[in-house]
Amino acid sequence: MSPRPLFADVSSRLAARSHWHPLEVAFWLAAIATIYALPSRHLILTEIAILGLFALSLDLILGYAGIVSLGHAAFFGFGAYAAGLLAKHGLVTEPLLALIASGLAAMVLGFATSFLVLRGSDLTRIMVTLGVAVVLREIANRYAGLTGGADGLQGVEITPLFGLFRFDIFGHTAYCYALGVLLVLFLVARRIVHSSFGLSLLAIKGNPLRAAAVGIPVNARLVAIYTIAAGYAGVAGALLTQTTAFASLSVFDFDRSADLLLVLVIGGAGYLYGGLIGAIVFKLMQDYLSSLTPQYWPFWIGLLLVALVLVGRERMTSWTRPIRALAARLDWRDARGRAAIPAEGR
Amino acid sequence: MLTILFDGIAYGMLLFVLACGLAVTLGLMNFVNLAHGAFAMAGGYCCVILVNRWGVPFLAALPLAFLFSAALGLILERTLYVHVYRKSHLDQVLFTIGLVFMSVAAVDYTMGSSQTFVRLPPWLEGQFNVGGVGVGRYRLLIIVICGLLTLALQLTLARTRFGSRLRAAVDDARVARGLGINVGSVFALTFAFGSGLAGLGGALGAEILGLDPIFPLKYMIYFLIVVTVGGTSSITGPFLASLLLGIGDVAGKYYVPSLGAFVIYTIMIAVLILRPQGLFVRGGAR
Amino acid sequence: MDRRTALKVAAAAALLLLPGAAAAQDAVKIGLIVAMTGQQASTGKQIKAAVDLYMKEHGDTVAGKKIQVLLRDSAGVPDNTKRLAQELIVNDKVSVIAGFEITPAALAAAPLATEAKVVELVMAAGTSIITERSPYIARTSFTLPQSSVIIADWAAKNGIKKVVSIVSDYAPGADAEKSFTERFKAAGGEVTEAIKVPLANPDFAPFLQRAADAKPDAIFVFVPSGQGGTFMKQYAERGLDKAGIKIIGPGDVTDDDLLPGMGDAVIGAVTAHMYSADHPSAKNKAYVAAFQKANGFRPNFMSVGGYDGMHLIYEALKKTGGKADGDSLIAAMKGMAWESPRGPISIDPETRDIVQNIYIRKVEKKGGELYNVEFATFDAVKDPGKIKK
Repeated sequence: MSPRPLFADVSSRLAARSHWHPLEVAFWLAAIATIYALPSRHLILTEIAILGLFALSLDLILGYAGIVSLGHAAFFGFGAYAAGLLAKHGLVTEPLLALIASGLAAMVLGFATSFLVLRGSDLTRIMVTLGVAVVLREIANRYAGLTGGADGLQGVEITPLFGLFRFDIFGHTAYCYALGVLLVLFLVARRIVHSSFGLSLLAIKGNPLRAAAVGIPVNARLVAIYTIAAGYAGVAGALLTQTTAFASLSVFDFDRSADLLLVLVIGGAGYLYGGLIGAIVFKLMQDYLSSLTPQYWPFWIGLLLVALVLVGRERMTSWTRPIRALAARLDWRDARGRAAIPAEGR
Repeated sequence: MLTILFDGIAYGMLLFVLACGLAVTLGLMNFVNLAHGAFAMAGGYCCVILVNRWGVPFLAALPLAFLFSAALGLILERTLYVHVYRKSHLDQVLFTIGLVFMSVAAVDYTMGSSQTFVRLPPWLEGQFNVGGVGVGRYRLLIIVICGLLTLALQLTLARTRFGSRLRAAVDDARVARGLGINVGSVFALTFAFGSGLAGLGGALGAEILGLDPIFPLKYMIYFLIVVTVGGTSSITGPFLASLLLGIGDVAGKYYVPSLGAFVIYTIMIAVLILRPQGLFVRGGAR
Repeated sequence: MDRRTALKVAAAAALLLLPGAAAAQDAVKIGLIVAMTGQQASTGKQIKAAVDLYMKEHGDTVAGKKIQVLLRDSAGVPDNTKRLAQELIVNDKVSVIAGFEITPAALAAAPLATEAKVVELVMAAGTSIITERSPYIARTSFTLPQSSVIIADWAAKNGIKKVVSIVSDYAPGADAEKSFTERFKAAGGEVTEAIKVPLANPDFAPFLQRAADAKPDAIFVFVPSGQGGTFMKQYAERGLDKAGIKIIGPGDVTDDDLLPGMGDAVIGAVTAHMYSADHPSAKNKAYVAAFQKANGFRPNFMSVGGYDGMHLIYEALKKTGGKADGDSLIAAMKGMAWESPRGPISIDPETRDIVQNIYIRKVEKKGGELYNVEFATFDAVKDPGKIKK
C-alpha cells in the first residue's frame, strides 16, 4: 500500500478522534452555567475546579503514560507555596502572571524529579513519588522562616485579578478565575493527547518495549509528559493559594495525593474527563456526608468505594447504554472512533 | 550508642513483623492490600480489650491477637477480597482504601478517638543494665519474639511442603496450578497468616507506636517502604530492609535530630534509584 | 466521555442542587469548626461534648433568640477550616465561628472574621499571636507561654538547674520552648539542649535517649494533646524516672484524656496548666460528673475551652440583649469575667485573650486512678507573650 492513502487514513482518524462530542460541549456549557445558576455554591465549586485540574494533571501521567504516582501533591504544594511567596513578598502582583510563574516553577521541579520515575515497577514509582512528596513537606517545615512552617504562610494578600476583580468573600471571582484556568488548560491538554505525541504516550503505556522498538523515544516522552503534568499540578496549587489567600503544609500531605488517586480512579483514567467527574462526585459526596455525620463520614465514603469496586465499573457502564445510544443518534458522525478509552493495562 | 543500636533493631523487627504479611501478599497474589494496617490495628485493639478489660495476661493475649486478625483476614478474604483479585491494581487500591476508611471510622465509633494503651505487666516495664548499655525490657521482648518468628517463617518456607508450595505459587501461579497445587487455598491461608502477623505486630507495637483509630493511615507508609526496599520475593529481603530502616530512623533522630524525619525517606529514595526492584531481589523474580 | 458520565454527573448535579439551610429569623447560629476526624479528632470530640453539655444544662434560648450550633469537620486541614468558615458565614449566616483545633486553622479564618465582621471564638488553639490577627477574635482556651513561664518559675525555685527541652516542631512548641527558656535562664537556670521532635508520627525513643545522655535535672516537654501518652510511656521505658530525671512542662503531656491509661511511671510528674479534672471546686466536680455520665470519658483542658466558649457567647448575647452582630458581641465579650470549672477566668479587654489561674500540679493516684493534683496557684495570669509589647 502506497504511503499517501495510509497517511491520509491515519490523519483522518486522528482528526476524527479529536472532534468534539456533544456531551463534552454540554458538560462545559453546564459548567459555565453554574456561574449564574448556583451563586451560593461557588466556594465548593472552586474547590472542585481546583481538584479537577489537579486530577487532570494526574490523568496525563497515569491515564496516558501509565506512571502511577502517590506523590503528585509535591508539585501541587510547590506551586501553592510559589504563588504564596510571590504574593507575600510582592514579587509578582498580578495573580495571573504569578499563576504562570508558579506553574513554570513546578515544571522545573517535575523535570528535575522525572528521572526517578523512569525505571522500576508500579510499586517502585508509587514509593519514590511518595518519598519525594514527604521530603518536600519536611523541607517546607524545616525552613519555617520562609514558609511559615506548620502555621502556614501568613500575610498572603492577593491583589485584584487584572486590577479589576477583587477576590471577594463569596468566592465569585475565585470561581470564575478557577473555571477559566481549568477550561484553558483542559483545551491544551486535549490538544496534546489528541496529537501524535499523545498517541505515542498511549503506545508507551501499553508496552514500553514495543514502543521503543518502533522508534519512539520512550524516556524523552515520559519526561516531557511528567514535566507538563507537574506544571498543571503546580497551577492547581497556585490557584488554591490565590483563591484562599493561604498556604499551609497540608498541601504536601500524603492524604492529598491519596485522595487524588481515588478521585481519578472513581472517574476513570485515560479520557481526560475522568478527573473532572471524579472531582465533582468525590467532593460533593464528601461534603454532603460530612455535614450529615461530621465524625463518621469516612465510613460511608469507604463503603461507597468498596461497593463501587465490587459492583464493578463495567456494570455501571451498562446502565448508561441507553444514554450513549441516544447520544450516538444525536450525532451523525461515527461515535465509536472518538474518545476511545484505552484499557487499563499493567 | 549501643542502646540506640538496640532500639533501632527492636523498631526494625517490629516493622518487619508488621510488614512481612504485606510483602508476601504483594509478592504472592500481586495484590496491593493497603488495608494491611487495618489488620494490625485490629490485633492491637483486640489485645487492649483482652488485657485491659478482661484481665488476660499480656503474653497470652499476643497469640490471641494473632488468631483474631488471622480469622478476620480469612473471613474477609473469602468473602470480599476474592472478588477483587482479577481487577486492576487501581481498583484494588480503591477497594482497600475503602476498607481502611470503614475500619478507621468503625474503631473510632466503638473505641473512641484517643490513643489507648495496653496495661503492661510490671516485669516488662523499665530497663536493665547490661554492661553499661540500657536494655529496655519491652524492646528485648520484641526482639526475642520477632526473631523467633522470623526463624520460624524462614524454616516454614524452606523446609515444609506448604513452604515450597507457597514459593512455587509466588514464582509462577499458573505453572503451580498446572502442577496440581491448590493455589486458591494457598492464597487464603497465606493471607490469613499475613494478617495474623500484622495483628501480632499491632499488639506488640501498641506500646511503642501508639494505638489510635488512624493507625492504619499513619503507618501504612512505613510498611510500604519496607516492602519496596526489601522486595517481595523472599522473607530475608523485607527483614534486612526493616532492620536497615529501623536502625537508620532511630540513629538518624538521635545523632541529627533536626534531620531525623528525612532519614527514612532519603534511604528509600536512594535505594530505589540504585535498585528499582528492591535491595534483595533474586534474579528473574518479579 | 460516553461511559458512566451521565449517571455520575446526574447524581452529582442532584447533590449540588440540594438546598442549603434556611435562615430562621430569630436564631443565632454558631459555626463550630473542629477536627472530628484525623490526628486532632480527640480535641474535636472533647469540644463537641462540652458544647453539647453546656447547651443541655442551659437550654438553647438566650435573650429571646434560639441558639443553633452547626458542626463541621475540618479533618485537621486548615484549608478546609477556611472554606467551611467561609461557607458558614456566607451561606448559613452564622454570627460566630468557633472551635479551631490548631493554630493554622485559627489564623486561616482570621481574615474572614475581619472582613465579614463575625466573631471568631478560639476554643482550642494555643499560640500567642492568634488574637492579634483580627479585632474580632476572642479566646477561651489557653496560651502556651502562660503555662511555660509559670513552670519555669516553679522549676527555678525548686532546685532544678539543668534542663533539656523537648518540644514538637510547630508554632505552639516553639512558643513554649521560647518562653520557658527565657524565664528559666532569667531565673538562673540552664537549658543545655533544645530538641525538636517531628509533629507527625513521632517515636520519642531516640530523642529521649539523647536528652537522657545529657544528664539533666529535668526534661521540659511539650507535645500536642494526644501524644502525651506515648511520650510518658517511652520515658518510663527508658527508666528515666528511676534515673532521677523529672518531667516538667505545660500540662498537655499529662492530658486528662490519656492520663488514666499511662501507667504508674507518670506519678510525680509536675506540670503547669489551667485545668485539671481534679480541680477541687464544686462547679468542677459537677462538671466532671455530668461530662463523664454523658460521654463515658473524662473531660480535659480542651473541653473547658468549648464549655467556656459557649458561656461567653450566651453571656455576651444577654448583655447585648440579643443583638448578634460582630461589633456588639465582641464589645460585650471584652472584660467579661466568670467562674469556670477550671477556676475564675476573664477575657482581657485589650487583647481579647483569656486571663486565668495557672495551677502547678503533680500526678498522683486517687481512688485508683491517676489525676493531676493541684498544689500551687498563680492567679490571673495574662498571656506573657503580649505583656512584653
